[in-house]
Amino acid sequence: MEERILMKGNEALAEAAIQAGCIRFFGYPITPQTEVAAYMSKRLPKIGGTYLQAESEVAAVNMLQGAGAAGARAMTSSSSPGISLKTEGISYMAGADIPGLIINVQRGGPGLGGIQPSQADYWQATKAPGHGDLHIIVFAPSSVQEMVDLVENAFDLSDEYRIPAMILADGLLGQMMEPVTIKKSEGGKKLPEKKWAAKGHGHKRAHNIINSLYLKAADLERVINERFERYKELEVKHTRCERYMTDDADVVVVAYGATGRIAKAAVKAAREQGVKAGLFRPITLWPFPKQDLKDIAKSAKAFLTVEMSMGQMVDDVKLAIDCKRPVDFFGHTGGIVPTPQEVLDKILKLAGGER
Amino acid sequence: MPKVIIDPDVCKSCELCITACPKNIIDIDKKMINDKGYHPAIVIDQEKCIGCSACAIMCPDCAITVER
Amino acid sequence: MAVVFKRPHALTNVPTHYCPGCTHGIIHRLVAEALDELDLEGRTVGIAPVGCAVMAYDYFNCDMIEAPHGRAPAIATGVKRSVPDSIVFTYQGDGDLAAIGTAETVHAAARGENITIIFVNNAIYGMTGGQMAPTTLPNQVTQTSPFGRDISQAGFPIKVCEMLSTLEGSSYIARVSVDCVRNVNIAKKAIKKAFEIQSQGRGFTLIEVLSTCPTNWGVSPKDALQWLRDNLIPYYPLGVYKDVTEVKKEELCDG
Repeated sequence: MEERILMKGNEALAEAAIQAGCIRFFGYPITPQTEVAAYMSKRLPKIGGTYLQAESEVAAVNMLQGAGAAGARAMTSSSSPGISLKTEGISYMAGADIPGLIINVQRGGPGLGGIQPSQADYWQATKAPGHGDLHIIVFAPSSVQEMVDLVENAFDLSDEYRIPAMILADGLLGQMMEPVTIKKSEGGKKLPEKKWAAKGHGHKRAHNIINSLYLKAADLERVINERFERYKELEVKHTRCERYMTDDADVVVVAYGATGRIAKAAVKAAREQGVKAGLFRPITLWPFPKQDLKDIAKSAKAFLTVEMSMGQMVDDVKLAIDCKRPVDFFGHTGGIVPTPQEVLDKILKLAGGER
Repeated sequence: MPKVIIDPDVCKSCELCITACPKNIIDIDKKMINDKGYHPAIVIDQEKCIGCSACAIMCPDCAITVER
Repeated sequence: MAVVFKRPHALTNVPTHYCPGCTHGIIHRLVAEALDELDLEGRTVGIAPVGCAVMAYDYFNCDMIEAPHGRAPAIATGVKRSVPDSIVFTYQGDGDLAAIGTAETVHAAARGENITIIFVNNAIYGMTGGQMAPTTLPNQVTQTSPFGRDISQAGFPIKVCEMLSTLEGSSYIARVSVDCVRNVNIAKKAIKKAFEIQSQGRGFTLIEVLSTCPTNWGVSPKDALQWLRDNLIPYYPLGVYKDVTEVKKEELCDG
């Protein structure tokens, strides 16, 4: 059994990536995720890997793109403003079917914003991580252990479907320390072979071209349609969520990431007061677990979305259930973390019929 | 005797080979038009060719092969 | 009779989209000849820019990656760091390298990244129809400097070789031209040497190639070569600006 150690989220994330076979990391300092880079800079050189501090987040995501195009399992990490800089690179990776993992340890925005936790990049991550018709696989862990476990899954799916993946964490998850066990991959994880990669044909095959430019519109549409077939398959096969006491719940709280934990505490407290509350926690934000929400909406009377933003996922909840049930919102932004008590008060109000 | 072969389909009639040739034995073949609508270059006096490949070196489209 | 000159293997036979007389075609051939002669094609990954050479991925027989505008040196870094024994080159224009990609270029050089950059300087943005570039000359008329580049407004052209040669990470920095047979042959030697230095793992190499843009300079291909000689070469002197392989005089006779 792997040993259980107390680790900071950012560092546990980095170690998990290494154990998942990622030995190429391109970083840039930005609070609250810099420990990912610092940890990688300590570990990777010792195991024949590459830690490279780029001159900007733009350069870092393009180094990731180069590494991914050459068939390597690679990662970059940043926080909100840095992710904005990376969106061009993410769009190119999506457009050229280049796998790779991008970590966003969110901080308050917009602009320079703050350095406290936030979930205000939800729309960016799930709707427009770059220009054009594209999606990236977005995972939202709510504990350091879950974050660690999702890393390997993110890499494997990204490789399998040739779609960039993102772990959407926040400053809370990145900075907190929790006991974790990280699956060790003795002798390095066996990575999938990538015949499409651009790493030198060795005169054994025709040359590979990794490219997202299609000047003929019909070609571009065909390529995008083919990619959307892969997106559909991901939606069917790889959507993930946690349902806690939703079967008989009247009020279902919908929350992900750190707020998912806070909401669970509030749901438990509500149950103790005899209120039938439940929690629906998306783990993949894209593909969004719409079907699960539709099922819950058959029995639930009202939904309460809790986010560390002005409300972004709330729209997707309404869309998923075609507005069949009232969907209320509660949240803080700017880096304020909602308290279980605040969420509980809101649940009680909803359960009591007041709005 | 050296031989210069200009591929008429590849030539874009840019005339760089003409200016490069020390023997001035290349010219534009006004009687011919290729698929891209260019009058291709043509060797007008093969005997005078010294096989220096200047034409081929200056050709941006690798339209010229030289034998010697 | 033997064939003494033909298309190099590393160059595909895909007809290029370049304008008639555009010397991009010559430079492509020189890169391909270097890859052939050093037998590197099988190990090479080329990075195409955004600019006239954006479709260079169709013109080289080695593996190719299309980079976002200006990011080729970062893409190249990612490839090289992931596949250390690969040979990696970027092929970039002056807008790609000296405008949007300046940071990527300077830092790849500062890191001594073991890649080769082929930097094509024709003092204009070609693909988008002839706008002022970072290397557009003072008073040079372009679509976005219609009254001639006004230094007081648009500042001075950037001399990339001079700039990069100040960085310790640079191993071989040279500026060449393809305006005549003699200079094309010199350019080929420089490009080949850059790939040799890379294959010896000796760090960052960049060859700046002065090139023409007949269409956007508004001159015939032949006159464009003359314009280059009369205007570009004086402002961008040809020569080697850094060469770690060069044995210095004092090293020769330190007796």
